Amino acid sequence: MEKLKSLFKKIKWKYAVNYVAIGAIALVLTALTMSGGIKQSDLFLLEKITMNIILAVSLSLVVGFLGELSLGHAGFMCVGAYFGGITSMLLESSGIMAGDGVLSFVISMVVGAAVAGVCGFIIGLPALRLRGDYLAIVTLAFGEIVKTIFQNVTFEIGGKTVGGPIGIRTPRFDKQYFFIIGFVLVLIAIAVIQNLIRSKHGRAITAIRDNEIAAKATGINVTKYKLCGFIVSAVFAGIAGVMYSFANSNVTASVFDYNKSIEILVMVVLGGMGNISGAIISATFITFLDVRLQSVLTGDLAVLNDMIYALVLILVVIYNNAPALRPFREKYNARKLLSRFFGFFRNKHGYADDEGKWDRVPTKIDMDELLSVDVIVNESVQKPDKEEKK
Amino acid sequence: MSEYVLETKNLGISFGGIKAAQDVNLKIKKNEIYGLIGPNGAGKTTVFNMLTGVYKPTTGSFYLNGEELKGLSQEKINGKGIARTFQNIRLFNNMTVIRNVMVGLHNLPEFKCGIIPTIFRFPRQFRTERQMVARAEELLKIFGLYEYKNQLACNLPYGKQRKLEIARALATNPKLLLLDEPAAGMNPQETAELMDTIRFVRDNFDMTILLIEHDMNLVTGICDRVTVLNFGTALTEGKTAEALSDPEVIRAYLGDDN
Amino acid sequence: MDFLITLVNGLSLGGIYAMIALGYTMVYGIAKMLNFAHGDIIMVGGYAILVFLSVNPILAIVFSVLFCIGLGIAVEKAAYKPLRGASPLAVLITAIGVSYFLQSLAQIIFGASPKYVIIADLGSLVIGEVSISYGTIITLACSIVIMIALTLFVKLTKTGRAMIAVSEDKDAARLMGVNIDHIIMITFAIGSALASLAGLFSLLRVPTIMPTYGALPGIKAFTAAVIGGIGSIPGAMLGGILLGVVECVCNSIPTVAPYTMAIEFAILIVILLVKPTGILGKKRREKV
Repeated sequence: MEKLKSLFKKIKWKYAVNYVAIGAIALVLTALTMSGGIKQSDLFLLEKITMNIILAVSLSLVVGFLGELSLGHAGFMCVGAYFGGITSMLLESSGIMAGDGVLSFVISMVVGAAVAGVCGFIIGLPALRLRGDYLAIVTLAFGEIVKTIFQNVTFEIGGKTVGGPIGIRTPRFDKQYFFIIGFVLVLIAIAVIQNLIRSKHGRAITAIRDNEIAAKATGINVTKYKLCGFIVSAVFAGIAGVMYSFANSNVTASVFDYNKSIEILVMVVLGGMGNISGAIISATFITFLDVRLQSVLTGDLAVLNDMIYALVLILVVIYNNAPALRPFREKYNARKLLSRFFGFFRNKHGYADDEGKWDRVPTKIDMDELLSVDVIVNESVQKPDKEEKK
Repeated sequence: MSEYVLETKNLGISFGGIKAAQDVNLKIKKNEIYGLIGPNGAGKTTVFNMLTGVYKPTTGSFYLNGEELKGLSQEKINGKGIARTFQNIRLFNNMTVIRNVMVGLHNLPEFKCGIIPTIFRFPRQFRTERQMVARAEELLKIFGLYEYKNQLACNLPYGKQRKLEIARALATNPKLLLLDEPAAGMNPQETAELMDTIRFVRDNFDMTILLIEHDMNLVTGICDRVTVLNFGTALTEGKTAEALSDPEVIRAYLGDDN
Repeated sequence: MDFLITLVNGLSLGGIYAMIALGYTMVYGIAKMLNFAHGDIIMVGGYAILVFLSVNPILAIVFSVLFCIGLGIAVEKAAYKPLRGASPLAVLITAIGVSYFLQSLAQIIFGASPKYVIIADLGSLVIGEVSISYGTIITLACSIVIMIALTLFVKLTKTGRAMIAVSEDKDAARLMGVNIDHIIMITFAIGSALASLAGLFSLLRVPTIMPTYGALPGIKAFTAAVIGGIGSIPGAMLGGILLGVVECVCNSIPTVAPYTMAIEFAILIVILLVKPTGILGKKRREKV
């Protein structure tokens, strides 16, 4: 008993809160579904929420912790959705198993995640050479290339031609409990990414974010950790894509355009950079609001949804970042208010942690490129000359 | 095994044909505190950048305990045993003091723990983490930073930031420590404290130290030998007092006095 | 001959991209931010033309340019100015918010369905068997004139030189008596004016407009600015024209046409991998 108590004390509740909260919510919802207390439309909302949480948490690894701006997260999702969907279709048409079962989902997920991981590796390579805005546009370009290719390529599956602009028709997983699988995957995603971050490897990743030059001089293998960050992030985006293909019977590439990437980025940023719990909360909240507003505001009013969204976004960012509002912000911030009610948000040491601080987390977007009217010809000054031949 | 910890042979680099450093020959013995001095723009930091792999030398090469390190990447050179600090302090500003030091411990063989064991939280992960914290705290205590261990690095006072940078460099367990202007921006009292720290590091960590410095009190106070650079070439080298009284050196610093 | 027409078309489209890319580049150079809402200024410009088109086309164009300049300045003052000195990512997200806002506002006012904006029936220049529309030729000519004028403005006028100074070193420029806020405002005004003209010329090519009208040209022009080297004025022109020509050439080959976008972005990635700061971009190493 004593031992149990000490074990209980040892758990860092600040980090465990994610698992406990999500596990509890999933259990309650499962119970409700069994008793028939949840409508079909709400189940759809739940599926969407779990997907978006996985996307936001995985992007948070790259943007918040690795400090690289990525605008192509939907591209990885697209790869996952297509490869996962095609795998399940192949499984069904070849008669190995039903395409909409759990086993088929698992196999498709492995395939989708693996291919997305390979794409993450490919996108990680330019990240070694490029930084900030330049990397942002390369990731954006990657997403658009993936989308364009899938929009035009057609496949032959089971004698039928699929793909192209109309997309693919995947076997929809139309059991009620798909969202439970979603919650399990959310827990796995959070566990993997949070464990990675809270380890020596996570420390190396944040060190690269804070000061790449110093990290190199301290012996951190920047290549390895940048690639690692991109691959892990892409794998989970791929998993979210596979979930998408199983939650919807139709997958079209045009869904995964850069607006989708930006939507995910907004979730990460509003949740507080480098804050996993924040990303989860904001992904849940934004998805909920989005779906609800869509059902409330119909017809001509539908566009108000976008407008409210845009206004809230602008106001929240300005409130959180404007230098002029700093004193106000320090007085009323969510962390402080929450800590008044929940002990585990309180910081025992009284020190400022690096989580959730917008202005503390630099994305390397602020390079000192200049406005120039002259063509730069001589670049050799910045680069050491080639080694002289003996 | 070479008798020198660091030996450079005709080390030189040029940018677009302009020679930033040329024929630099350093021979640093074990447990020596060696000064690299010279007027601004003499190429001192460039030499450091070559020694740590930021730049690849155009000519010549350098050896650590007889092993040629030229052409290796920065992290490999660090792994071989050269650690450095920076002229303009480069800490991991958004990380706490103790985590800064723990990043330095990252590559030590005793704290080896792959990505898979950390993700699945093998017992090894907890054990290495505990050991790393203990080692980092030890280092912080030595440098008098223990009480600040949970503060963000950017919130430390300037002198403490310099110390933290040295602590982080030492955490990588180097054989040679390069200090780039460690006393820049310090008042005389802080400088005196820094001199004690540097001597302490040499004696207790069995360290060889190469430092760049403009503060002549510090140079004459702790450096055993110095090399004076001017326009990328070595003017003179030798025992600190002798080298500094060389008329060539005085001319380089104060200009021609005709 | 067909190829020549494709080339002229490409140059003209490239001129439009270059005009938008110049806005991106100048704002980036001076305010150090990616103005993601820049593409939507094109859309606003197009709708502004629509409002007064029935009265007089010239009046409509003048109104459109003035309105966009006002809008650009207003957006800068309302959304970006409070964030000066904040994390660049915050400014980027705000710009995305502004972009959504402008799109939804346009949808509320004008509806989501495409509207036809036929400014003038200019006809085509016919040489032998081939014909090139006058709209294309006017676009090409105007874009060349605008680019020369802009280069001269930045190089020769006091304001232009102040812009260079601000982009090189904001603090030093301030100490030399340059009014930073004023310069940033002028930059946004010029960028928005160019965007509204780009809107006008794109309407000469394809006379339909809808709320998401600016998004794609915006992204393409951003790509063009990066290809040329963001922050570089000649780079933006070069990148824009290159992209325009590539697009028209690809679109003229039926088997390649669906993949035009992928090809354009692939060119971007290849160029950045070979030259990480774009073709004419300045490279500054971080001092170690």
